[in-house]
Amino acid sequence: MIRNKIAGAGAILCTMLAFGVAEGHEFKVGQIEIGHPYSRAMLPVAKVGGGYMKLTNNGAADRLVSATSARAGSVEFHEMKMNGAIMEMRELDSGIALPAKSTVELKPGGYHVMFMNVTQPFKEGEMVKATLVFEKAGPVDVEFSVGPVAGEKGHGAHAEHGK
Amino acid sequence: MKPKKPFMLVAGAISGIFVLALIGVMVLMTNDTPRSGRFGAAFSLVNDQGEAVDRSIFKGNPSLVYFGYTHCPEVCPTTLYEVAGYLDALGEDGLPLKTYLFTVDPERDTPEVMKGYVTAFSDRITGVTGKPEEMTKVIAGWKAFARKQPNPSGGYSMSHTMDLFLIGADGRLKGLIPYGADHNEAVEKIRATLL
Repeated sequence: MIRNKIAGAGAILCTMLAFGVAEGHEFKVGQIEIGHPYSRAMLPVAKVGGGYMKLTNNGAADRLVSATSARAGSVEFHEMKMNGAIMEMRELDSGIALPAKSTVELKPGGYHVMFMNVTQPFKEGEMVKATLVFEKAGPVDVEFSVGPVAGEKGHGAHAEHGK
Repeated sequence: MKPKKPFMLVAGAISGIFVLALIGVMVLMTNDTPRSGRFGAAFSLVNDQGEAVDRSIFKGNPSLVYFGYTHCPEVCPTTLYEVAGYLDALGEDGLPLKTYLFTVDPERDTPEVMKGYVTAFSDRITGVTGKPEEMTKVIAGWKAFARKQPNPSGGYSMSHTMDLFLIGADGRLKGLIPYGADHNEAVEKIRATLL
């Protein structure tokens, strides 16, 4: 019993730590800031995972052209669009444009990173290493913090967000 | 009297245009709404246990039907978690409900993949897959939408309807729950239309 409690407390502490880290982390390359890259825990058989982050370009126009990760067969950029009741997905094969002095957010329901052919599904709490390559600013190593499975968070917090 | 006539004419013209526009919108909406009639298409698919599935699954029990796929990073897992939440919230009242995930990507979603996927959400969701041309019949039969979107760098994504279909025990569509619907409203809608 006591051991369970300790394990429980440990789990909560780990979650809090992971959450704390996840909220804060940021990367920088040249004039580009990469704020809070995060992903979601994947289901046991899922092969793809989304990645999200906020790109702030404080310099001249640039472009996120490619990405790689040892955890994925390939990494692509996709755009999700909701057209009425239809979800449309397409690959952005020329990458994601970052106009001068602008912020572009990769988020659920919009632009996002797609980790393809993931063999070992992402687990909540882990950090997934990846390299982003910008046309002008060059490459930068980042880590995507893995949060709960899509929908799971909303599921528990309905009363709160009332949405 | 004179100035009144042109005004009447203009007013009449405006209301005429308005009525026409309204009719147009109504026609568009009717075309847009999945049919509320009976499901007519015959099809032959398999569930995640490899057992044969045909149109009789839409009869005898009310059901929640979703068209999604496992290579879907956001919308499908979110919806299926929501659905698991509806089933939890309904408790015993919801026991007559059957819940199905019809894959819009049957080429990659084998029965084994479907089994692993749906059971991650709930033991009450059944995956359905099979030959793509058979799946097309179900999708078209419910006036849902799915289209393969080739990726320039290889592979493909699927564009698809996000609504959850509420189907009565009589095999007729009773309503839709849109993506992002409020949990309580969705549960009430299921209660009101299916239970």
